[in-house]
Amino acid sequence: MKTNHYALPQLSLRFLPIWRRNYMVWKKMAGPSILGHLADPVIYMLGLGYGLGGMLPEISGMSYIAFLSAGTVCYSTMNSASFEALYSGFARMHEQRTWEAILNTPITLDDIVLSEIAWAASKSVLSGIAVLLVIWILGLAHSPLSLWIIPLSLLVGLCFASLGLIVTALAPGYEFFMYYFTLVITPMTLLCGVFFPVDQLPAALQTVSAMLPLTHAVDLARPLLNNAIPVNFMADIAVLTGYALAGFYVSLVLFRRRLAQ
Amino acid sequence: MSIVIQAQGLLKIYAGQRVVDGINLDIVRGECFGLLGPNGAGKTTTLRLLLGLIAPDAGEISLLGQAIPQQAREARLRIGVVPQMDNLDPDFTVAENLLVYGRYFGMTDAAIEARLPELLEFANLAHKRDVKVPTLSGGMKRRLTLARALVNDPDVIFLDEPTTGLDPQARHLIWQRLRELTARGKTLVLTTHFMDEAERLCHRLAVMDNGRIISSGTPRELIADNIEPQVVEVFGEHAAAWAQNHAAQHAERFELSGESVFCYVRDAHPLLHELQQHPELRYVHRPANLEDVFLKLTGREMRE
Repeated sequence: MKTNHYALPQLSLRFLPIWRRNYMVWKKMAGPSILGHLADPVIYMLGLGYGLGGMLPEISGMSYIAFLSAGTVCYSTMNSASFEALYSGFARMHEQRTWEAILNTPITLDDIVLSEIAWAASKSVLSGIAVLLVIWILGLAHSPLSLWIIPLSLLVGLCFASLGLIVTALAPGYEFFMYYFTLVITPMTLLCGVFFPVDQLPAALQTVSAMLPLTHAVDLARPLLNNAIPVNFMADIAVLTGYALAGFYVSLVLFRRRLAQ
Repeated sequence: MSIVIQAQGLLKIYAGQRVVDGINLDIVRGECFGLLGPNGAGKTTTLRLLLGLIAPDAGEISLLGQAIPQQAREARLRIGVVPQMDNLDPDFTVAENLLVYGRYFGMTDAAIEARLPELLEFANLAHKRDVKVPTLSGGMKRRLTLARALVNDPDVIFLDEPTTGLDPQARHLIWQRLRELTARGKTLVLTTHFMDEAERLCHRLAVMDNGRIISSGTPRELIADNIEPQVVEVFGEHAAAWAQNHAAQHAERFELSGESVFCYVRDAHPLLHELQQHPELRYVHRPANLEDVFLKLTGREMRE
């Protein structure tokens, strides 16, 4: 008799106690965490937005800092989920053996992986709210449509948490994560319309860009912050959801194989 | 006597190697059952199979009436585990560790809080309730891990080398607590490579090597079945030379290990009389113990 590593995930609410555990840990250092979520986007938006933006004309009918603010929301939420899924997730799986302790209870690996995704996405929501506050304070968005940034942050978080967990499942150690950040996250940041419009890129790169999840996050965020309904919102949501589901399944299969050793 | 754990023909293969190779077990309610063996004998893998954390390549397991690994989740509601490696939550206090762990069993916070005083008392940690884990000593961490394994009031507790790395005082306290648990009717399954631990705690033992059970029974049965009742250890620089010339005449069996000679005998008197003729030799006469059995069954060479 063999375990089927490829079985579909069995979802249940048993992931909630693990989410609460992570929240309890986070609460103990909430101050520095929130500061980090706020400081990073503020520095980017003020530095690049006013500094670089001062030399630029309007882009796509808005000031550069307004243009950049949508990119910053997506970039920050992506980073929050990625760091949580990679570094913190690896610590819980490998270094602190938290997963091992949990697996001795009636909680399954499927529940644990779901809890990791849900928790990393929660960090993205927090990050999204922090950036949105900065955007409001700087007067860069006024419309109630901008509130859609919060559910968008959740979706971006679910997407990048799931993708990040694939890397965590394969990682022999923390050094391994540099590959992911250097070869995936950084190029994604530059190709997906965070800092400049995608149509500035050569045609071939534009094709690549269209396949990357962050592009679709930016395509949703930019109109929402500019009081407009995103043109292809169904397609954008579908791409992000697709990446999230595929990442969940692939990472779960990889974790099952890894922990069966 | 009701059987709480039954395993038949367990087989687990890793990379072509039979890590667990045809193991059968029947463990009854209220007993402390020990799995003994050198490093790499397959003890931890056997525990992981019994818990349903990994699936066997062949064989059947029943744990508290549930088929494992299919119903492992249901069975684990009534199981406690003390793992070999410490995996307490370092960010939490003693009490928070228990609270968070109880939630994994679906317990309400109120139910866990109600159990806390008893658990802390049992672990001698009532005074450390709000202290963070990294400041605890090794013995305290082990006791907290034991208390954590009891949070759901389990019927069966698995312990993987529960006292490895502890000083003698800490070990004795753990042993005392484990005896209290069996006195309360809990079933314990533990792995160890400490013979004194196995001898003191376990009602029944199985000695494992190379993935198989090579002998099993009560500690006394294991000794009676496998080895001569008396041991005379002869040591010192002349011991080896003496053994080569004389040991076979006076001992049923002897083994040379470094500068020590272990002589196994039914009646020690002729041997002791012989040794008194050799003032250059030092010796100790003692009854055979589990360690002698263990070394006879698994050999004296290092396992690394």
